Amino acid sequence: MSDNSLRLVWIYPDLLSTYGDQGNALVVERRARQRGLDVQRVDVRSDQQIPTSGDIYLIGGGEDRPQRLAAERLRRDGGLNRAVSNGAIVFSVCAGYQILGREFINDLGEREEGLGLLDVVSTRGEGGRCVGDVLGDIDPQLGLPPLTGFENHQGVTHLGQTARPFAKVRFGNGNGVGDGYEGAWNDTVFGTYMHGPVMARNPHIADLLIKLALDVNALPPADDRWYEALRQERIAAATQPA
Amino acid sequence: MAGNTEPLSPRAKLAVTAGKAAAAVSRAAGRGSGSVIGGRVALKLDPDLLARLARHLDVILVSATNGKTTTTRLIAEALRAAGPVVSNALGANMPAGITSALAGGSDARYGVIEVDEKYLAGVARDVTPKAIALLNLSRDQLDRAAETRMLAEHWREGLAGSKALIIANADDPLIVWAASSSANVVWVAAGQEWKDDAWSCPSCGGVMQRPGDDWFCGECGFRRPTPSWALSGDHVLDPHGSAWPIRLQLPGRANKANATTSAAVAAAFGVPPQVALERMYAVQAVAGRYDVVTFMERELRLLLAKNPAGWLETFSLIDPPPTPVILSVNARGADGTDTSWLWDVDYTRLAGHPIFVIGDRKLDLAVRLEVAGLDFHVCENVDEAVRMAPPGRIEVIANYTAFQDLRRRVGN
Repeated sequence: MSDNSLRLVWIYPDLLSTYGDQGNALVVERRARQRGLDVQRVDVRSDQQIPTSGDIYLIGGGEDRPQRLAAERLRRDGGLNRAVSNGAIVFSVCAGYQILGREFINDLGEREEGLGLLDVVSTRGEGGRCVGDVLGDIDPQLGLPPLTGFENHQGVTHLGQTARPFAKVRFGNGNGVGDGYEGAWNDTVFGTYMHGPVMARNPHIADLLIKLALDVNALPPADDRWYEALRQERIAAATQPA
Repeated sequence: MAGNTEPLSPRAKLAVTAGKAAAAVSRAAGRGSGSVIGGRVALKLDPDLLARLARHLDVILVSATNGKTTTTRLIAEALRAAGPVVSNALGANMPAGITSALAGGSDARYGVIEVDEKYLAGVARDVTPKAIALLNLSRDQLDRAAETRMLAEHWREGLAGSKALIIANADDPLIVWAASSSANVVWVAAGQEWKDDAWSCPSCGGVMQRPGDDWFCGECGFRRPTPSWALSGDHVLDPHGSAWPIRLQLPGRANKANATTSAAVAAAFGVPPQVALERMYAVQAVAGRYDVVTFMERELRLLLAKNPAGWLETFSLIDPPPTPVILSVNARGADGTDTSWLWDVDYTRLAGHPIFVIGDRKLDLAVRLEVAGLDFHVCENVDEAVRMAPPGRIEVIANYTAFQDLRRRVGN
């Protein structure tokens, strides 16, 4: 954390902000402020340089061509990889998750190199598109309550040696390779297919990122009333057939 | 009657009759207007019926993400100055609904037809339209719709060979991309408040530059065409530079934009802007939208907003604080089942309004508003929200099926 304020970087809203994932930035910002932190939010457009001094970087989902363009520009920029080697926290969703991996299939049907920040490889799913409510259990090591989200993706993601599954699904598809896993993480980099946006449904993930960035074990309590009500409703919805 | 006066074949006549009968049965059963079921029955008996019905008309198609029902209504109203019009005025905008609407207007000269975005290219092939009005494209129902840019691409391919006159919004890069493959385009500067689906050049993927009202791609040179019609404040500027005052009962900037496009369409059929705009004044509410109703002794204005661009335009037309606002959101099939889009709407624009939240997905809205730092009340239904609302006319903003629920409850 620098200058006594939490620096929150929202990557490429011009390309990867199609499915409401901007909400993740809004929730992290809101929950940090409620704990009395100053938050400096920086939205970086794809023709701008990625700052390397951020504490938390967020990257969202987008359509297939913007995903390729974002990967090209992020590789050329190099800033996000530098930030991660400086210890920054990164949370990515859907198209952004695939970009952080080692490779994915782009809109031209070709293998596109990712940033290699997560040891995962994404391919195109053979079956139908995965669309709908998801319920899962987050890796117990992270100490978080169940994961609820909305998935909407064609890609499937295979985990390599050094990536841990972020969650195990009870309902829904997640990574879609058939092992029941959803998302991936290593110590500082996270990826998920969950929209919703995922932090609005799981504010504890926002808190986790803030704690990791501040290097603290606990945060003052926040008013979770509406989040909890929404969680209960969506968890119930995921367990019922559509 | 314009164009071909060849009468309908016996098969087509039978199909029209069967369709009307099915619609009547559906109406009698209390299942809405019956136009879709009627159209389905008719198309099954005669798959070419749509093309056959259209052959007798000068057809004008209208498509967009937002504003297509209203604009269809405004164009229909304007063209009635030149002759009888048949139109799918209630917004049944897929082939079955369109067929049903056209079957109801055997004496018409013009067919003014709203078309769902996904069906535009196909319907344009079937009905050989004289004109096509394209208003805007933005994210909508992403859990089931094609990607927004792909939709523009699909339009572009579908319209490339069309002989229709395209009347298109020069301020929406996706519309310009879709329309610019056509030989014959009239560009209208109709504005577009929502910009977040066009930061990436639809042609080459470069980053779009947007100084003021202009836009261009710094990489490939794709840029805003010079419009011949424009919305300027409360006036329509025509290609001769004359300014015509817009007087509408419908509120908001977006409807002024719809009126501008409609005036450009009307002019293409010989109706001068002054006449067209005067006729548009008669339009008061469109399929219940913008209607002011009395419910529980309170005045409610009913506003439909289905997606981020629609909500943005709606926020700009509501009465200022402390006017109470009721928000209702559902996520049923016709709405799109993902509510993530709520986070692309800037609800801080409602600061200062007493806010009441209803609908199937009121809890998603509650979290959204909490994170926006707004005060709000979550209510069980519209009755409770109206009871709690402080005095004054209430603005009610709802998405698609929530709007239908609302109309049923308030008796509009």
